[in-house]
Amino acid sequence: MSGKLELASMATAPETDPAFVPEHRRQSAAVRERFARLYQRPVTLEIAGLTKSFEAGGGIVTALQDVSFRAHRRELICVIGPSGCGKSTLGRIVAGLDEPTGGSVRVDGEEVDGPCPNRGMVFQGYTLFPWRTVLGNVMFGLEVSGLSDTAAEQQAMPWVEMVGLARFATSYPYQLSGGMKQRVAIARALATNPRLLIMDEPFAALDAQTRAQMQDYLLQIWRQVDVTILFVTHDLDEAVFLADRIVVMGAHPGRVLEIVEVPVPRPREVAHFESPLFVATKKHLEKLIHHERPKDTDRLPIVRMTQVGDDVE
Amino acid sequence: MTPPATPRRGWLPVRKPLSSRRETTLAVASFALPLVLWAAVSYVPFLWHPFVRIIDAGDGEYTAGTLVERAAFAEYERGLIEQGGRPPQGVRANPVYLPAPHEVALAFYTAFRTPPRLPSEPWLHQSLGRSLRVILYGFLISSAIGIPLGLLCGTFTFFSKLSEPFVEFFRYLPAPAFGALCVAVMGIYDAPKIAIIVIGTLFQQVLIVANTTRRLDLGLIEAAQTLGASRKQLLTKVVVPGVIVDLYTDTRILLGWAWTYLMVAELVGTTTGITYFINQQARYRNYANVYAGIMLIGLIGLGSDMLLAWLGRRLFPWQPRAGKRSMGEMVRAVLPGSEATAPASAA
Repeated sequence: MSGKLELASMATAPETDPAFVPEHRRQSAAVRERFARLYQRPVTLEIAGLTKSFEAGGGIVTALQDVSFRAHRRELICVIGPSGCGKSTLGRIVAGLDEPTGGSVRVDGEEVDGPCPNRGMVFQGYTLFPWRTVLGNVMFGLEVSGLSDTAAEQQAMPWVEMVGLARFATSYPYQLSGGMKQRVAIARALATNPRLLIMDEPFAALDAQTRAQMQDYLLQIWRQVDVTILFVTHDLDEAVFLADRIVVMGAHPGRVLEIVEVPVPRPREVAHFESPLFVATKKHLEKLIHHERPKDTDRLPIVRMTQVGDDVE
Repeated sequence: MTPPATPRRGWLPVRKPLSSRRETTLAVASFALPLVLWAAVSYVPFLWHPFVRIIDAGDGEYTAGTLVERAAFAEYERGLIEQGGRPPQGVRANPVYLPAPHEVALAFYTAFRTPPRLPSEPWLHQSLGRSLRVILYGFLISSAIGIPLGLLCGTFTFFSKLSEPFVEFFRYLPAPAFGALCVAVMGIYDAPKIAIIVIGTLFQQVLIVANTTRRLDLGLIEAAQTLGASRKQLLTKVVVPGVIVDLYTDTRILLGWAWTYLMVAELVGTTTGITYFINQQARYRNYANVYAGIMLIGLIGLGSDMLLAWLGRRLFPWQPRAGKRSMGEMVRAVLPGSEATAPASAA
């Protein structure tokens, strides 16, 4: 139902031919059917009229203005936007770490009020507990829920195995690479069986190769686990590769510009990065976001400091 | 013009460690240099030695062993020669308050073996034992209040605002000022002395522990909250283990504070402990013993701190650390605030 609404809002693209369908909207029958099934599933996350403003430097900054969207059960929804669009704030509000000024967030119909283990979170800065081993980190959520050490360990170990770190179960975080740390963080967040997993630019600090690998891991995990993922990123490739739908946000004030259904079929592979659908979707996102960027920051006021004729390009 | 390149090697790299061999050399030198200076002043006669020690008074009225200023000795010698008397004999000497290193070294041994002059006076080891007991009780009482309060202040703004303004005020009150009051309230035995150490240490401790606690990465607390930790669990399962390493370092530094207040505390009421020993030996003009007593405190302080540093590395296995430590690294690890600069080693 909500999908229909979004279709209507997007049909107003400024194309001369009313019958023209932009390339990123041309879904194959399989993809269209997949979306139809997705919208049939119950709504896990419902964000309605969300507003966040705070005082800064004597004025009031609106970080989020009337943000509304829904995510269905087991959907992987990405939030992208330029810096300052409030996408991280959005993630933190959904996690219960920040309080909204107005509007509501519901998870499985329940109003969000503070952090709760039914909404797991993976942060950009790993935030592993340095004094706990890999297994100890994954056990944390189970321990604080009241499980005994042995029960927590029994339930945590499969998650450690799932992210491929069984060999490192007794290692401390300082002994792990960035990618491994983030896998522990994912296992830790999933171990308490959350309904929703919020990921706030989780792979931004990783090098390109590790990031690609982690994206692949995430899709593998998501396929096997009953969890809805809200994935915040500024990386367009990452969003198109991972998402069912992408919430594109604009800055000043932070607001939803468009919700894009990704037409790239699943299961996604690295080869998809060069497919025409992938490229067209990414171009569309670029256009949306680029449109937002102020023009005057494009060129730096640099004077020539080399000899005439000594050009590099 | 290209600026001169900073040399990569040499003894003065900026904010970079030296080779462990060089660090060891410097660590040894930091103790050797003052010792060499002291030895030079003590053993090289023309360096200072402002006095002459009379060996043979000649026909004058001085007795052997007396220290006389050089100018006075010269005049005395000239006077005797003019009168046709036998000239005095003497060697150049330092003042009695500057004993030579070997005398102090010897005093270390003899001070423990020498029985007290009066039967009512304590032996050195008894004095030392009393000092250690006072400092231990004082520091334990201070920590028992200061560490939990500091943790609460660093975690909850409520406790911080409720207690820190008063603590800020109180820490400026000099602990010795409470000496007379403590004696009036608690008598003249060890209780007022322990109280002085508590007053001197506790208020610094609350502020230092609170600041250390505030430095804990907020991300860890938020991560724990999203995993369902309650407020109490945040404190016991995140804040305490999260700051324990820094807390341990703080405690080592604060133990140094406690030693400073020990000297004052032992002067309150009846003078006791190592301070009594030092004062008494100064009264007897046994300056070698005075130096030995002072250095004993330094050695106990440094020794206990190194022990705690060594223990700390074993208590907290999640700390990245190099496998084998050189003497230089040991010394650096012992110095306050250097824990964070330990080289990280990835597996």
